[in-house]
Amino acid sequence: MPRFLKFSLWAGFAFLYAPIFVLIAYSFNASRRGSVWGGFSTHWYGELFRDEQILSAAWVSLQIGVMSATGATILGVLAAIGMVRFGKFRGRTLFAGMMSAPLVMPEVITGISLLLLFISAEQLFGWPAGRGMMTITIAHITFCSAFVLVVVQPRMATMDQSLEEASRDLGAGPVTTFLLVTLPVIFPAIVSGWLLAFILSFDDLVIASFTAGPGSTTLPMLIFSKIKIAVSPDINALATIIILIAALGLVAAMLLSRRRTD
Amino acid sequence: MSNLYRQIQARMGKTFVLLPPYLWMFLFFLLPFGFVLKISFSESIIASPPFAALFEYDADEGILNAVFRLFNYQYLIEDSLYFKAYLGSFKVASISTVICLLIGYPFALAIARSPKAQQPLLLLALMLPFWTSLLIRVYAWIGILRQDGVLNNILLWVGVIDEPLLLLQTTFATYVGVVYAYLPFMVLPLYATLEKQDLTLLEASRDLGSSPIRSFFDITLPLSLAGIISGSMLVFIPVIGEFVIPTLLSGESTLMIGRVLWTEFFNNRDWPVASAVAIIMLAVLIIPIIIFQNQQAKQEG
Repeated sequence: MPRFLKFSLWAGFAFLYAPIFVLIAYSFNASRRGSVWGGFSTHWYGELFRDEQILSAAWVSLQIGVMSATGATILGVLAAIGMVRFGKFRGRTLFAGMMSAPLVMPEVITGISLLLLFISAEQLFGWPAGRGMMTITIAHITFCSAFVLVVVQPRMATMDQSLEEASRDLGAGPVTTFLLVTLPVIFPAIVSGWLLAFILSFDDLVIASFTAGPGSTTLPMLIFSKIKIAVSPDINALATIIILIAALGLVAAMLLSRRRTD
Repeated sequence: MSNLYRQIQARMGKTFVLLPPYLWMFLFFLLPFGFVLKISFSESIIASPPFAALFEYDADEGILNAVFRLFNYQYLIEDSLYFKAYLGSFKVASISTVICLLIGYPFALAIARSPKAQQPLLLLALMLPFWTSLLIRVYAWIGILRQDGVLNNILLWVGVIDEPLLLLQTTFATYVGVVYAYLPFMVLPLYATLEKQDLTLLEASRDLGSSPIRSFFDITLPLSLAGIISGSMLVFIPVIGEFVIPTLLSGESTLMIGRVLWTEFFNNRDWPVASAVAIIMLAVLIIPIIIFQNQQAKQEG
């Protein structure tokens, strides 16, 4: 490999990881002032686990994340079946457009449009009554299913279709074939898609802020309100924990998909 | 008979599979834009929700009155703040896209030309920051860029500068944050096209006497156009509406439309103006979004 390429590889990774390592280092800093190293301490982690506000926001985010990821995975997998197996069905262009636009749509637009929908629907039908975890979950399912589709679709397109044909020839119905043949093959992609959707939901600030109601403060909303005012060291500890969980999740997803393909 | 039965079954199966995502995306993605459009023609009032009804049923006369007010749009044109904010977003998004491309291309090429066995690990390393909260990663830059932050301390220690530089709340901080947050979105589609490239083409070009640089511009670059378009759109479009990065890193230095929309909505509680801001943003983004979708469709087909 040319020296220039090697350099850009390492420079690129250094750029991506420097802030993360700075954050982790700060989280073990005994000093309240971020710039001064006051010795190694796990003080902020203790502080974190005594903070009721943070714990309850984390619980809200966790629940929304699991529900959103599950809903988005169901919709994303159904959409993938449609896109890969049904050829040129009527309304395909519109469907493909609606399924891919959320990938790039600015979050402020998605957020404001969903809130106005919820409010107008409440005026017209009385549903949803107020906003809270359910409206955030609906919003998250909507944008996360596009990401699940991106992960699942290529896997489905490249799988050996003769397996499905064989199953059908031997008399299995389409549902049985999907459950016993297709699903196991695309399962690693489904797991990756679920994890990605969970992370996207768990991290979302903007869309949740628009669609939240009283009593449904998510973790990113709480973090944002804290760091807008001042740098707070306990957020460093929280960030380190989130990074660690994300790393474990990602490694698990990669290992799983590798074992399945081997 | 059984053939007909199978056909009906297949038709019903298709409907069963497609209907849930189709209906969901129609109801919760497409339809809401209609409400944004509607409320952008409304008037801001002090009430809950804070906008006037567009349609009023007059029971005495038995007619439905509809009033479309254009003054929100007029307001956007008259107050130069909005034009400056759209322009600011456009500038940040365009320049960031170019910087992401310049940094991301060699980065993606390096991963694609690494030994096959190493590539999954490199991709994992690339994905990991993307999987951790954007909010937290942007926040990390505050610790690096502020006056008593890591970067200033290092520069002082090395002796490049004598007193700390003002880095945070500058345009520079905005670009660092945006490029940092969106670089993986550029690298991943680039890697996907570069990895599929037929390397024998490159060998042929070299055998026929082209220099490595000439071969790159004749073969590698044109064949990766799909990745360049996808990556650029994945950066450019969301950055136009970016809210978190300008709020945390830019201070008053860079005016961006996503933050203006947020302020109108949450601080001023002027929902109709915020809706009009969103509608214009959407109108501006329609063409980039269509380019992006055509590219997606081509890659499938």
